[in-house]
Amino acid sequence: MKPALVIGRVVASVKDPSLKGVKLLLLRCIRWSGETLNDYLIAADSVGAGAGEKVFYVEARDASIAVHTNPPIDAAIIGIIDGVDFEE
Amino acid sequence: MFIGKVIGRVWATQKTPSLTGKRLLLVNRLNGSPPSETSDITLAVCDKIDAGIGDTVLVMDEGGSARSILNLKNAPIRTVIVAICDSVSIGNQNFYVSGTERDQK
Amino acid sequence: MKFGLVIGNVVATQKDSGVSNRKLLLIQPLDDAFKPSGGYLVAVDAVGAGESEIILFASGSSARQTELTKDTPCDCVIMAIVDQVECNGKIVFNKSDGLPSI
Repeated sequence: MKPALVIGRVVASVKDPSLKGVKLLLLRCIRWSGETLNDYLIAADSVGAGAGEKVFYVEARDASIAVHTNPPIDAAIIGIIDGVDFEE
Repeated sequence: MFIGKVIGRVWATQKTPSLTGKRLLLVNRLNGSPPSETSDITLAVCDKIDAGIGDTVLVMDEGGSARSILNLKNAPIRTVIVAICDSVSIGNQNFYVSGTERDQK
Repeated sequence: MKFGLVIGNVVATQKDSGVSNRKLLLIQPLDDAFKPSGGYLVAVDAVGAGESEIILFASGSSARQTELTKDTPCDCVIMAIVDQVECNGKIVFNKSDGLPSI
């Protein structure tokens, strides 16, 4: 799982039926230290995350398992980070 | 699978149900031959075997295998620690990769 | 997923039976400021997207999770047409206002 910061959301009315009711959030990639990176991604939210929160997400086929309809998504938020403790 | 070094822990209360009760560790993927140089890639991974900070570990990085190791059918998880490495050998040379806290004890 | 701009169509008569009867679109991946980023991609269209629309695409084996692409050779699928994007509390893209200046 990788860390990211929720910076916004994406609204789409025309989408794959399995994505109905699935919240799509705009994420900024970050390091575990909190430093922001240049990259972004859009991920489905399975935990109720909101703007400004640090989250971790899973990529690839495993992301679609996070949402019960198994939609075609390649990233899904699976947790909100409370705290990180590490030494580099 | 890849070899990595445990460098920290992550706490999360709000998380996908299949992660409940699982320890999440931060593992830095090691580069080089033998794998000993730290890299840019640090992932949060589930811990199956009670690894600790400083340990050199073997990380499964594929969803299907990770789910079967954790005995979970429908878990959005793809990385799990499956072993603590004691040594790595390349050819007939034996490299000691781990100088872990556990070994020092 | 990433943002992409539909820039064209791909027509192929002779193709694997798994990819027959589907629309292939040429897309330009975009960064979060809607500027082109990286090379183009060919994606299967699962939602009826058209040229100059901003879409979301998923890649890898997740692309085979739609009804249309299930168990077929496909590694990139358009799964949504973007209506609106909100970033840091501001609406940065609204489909009815047209394309952002790319």
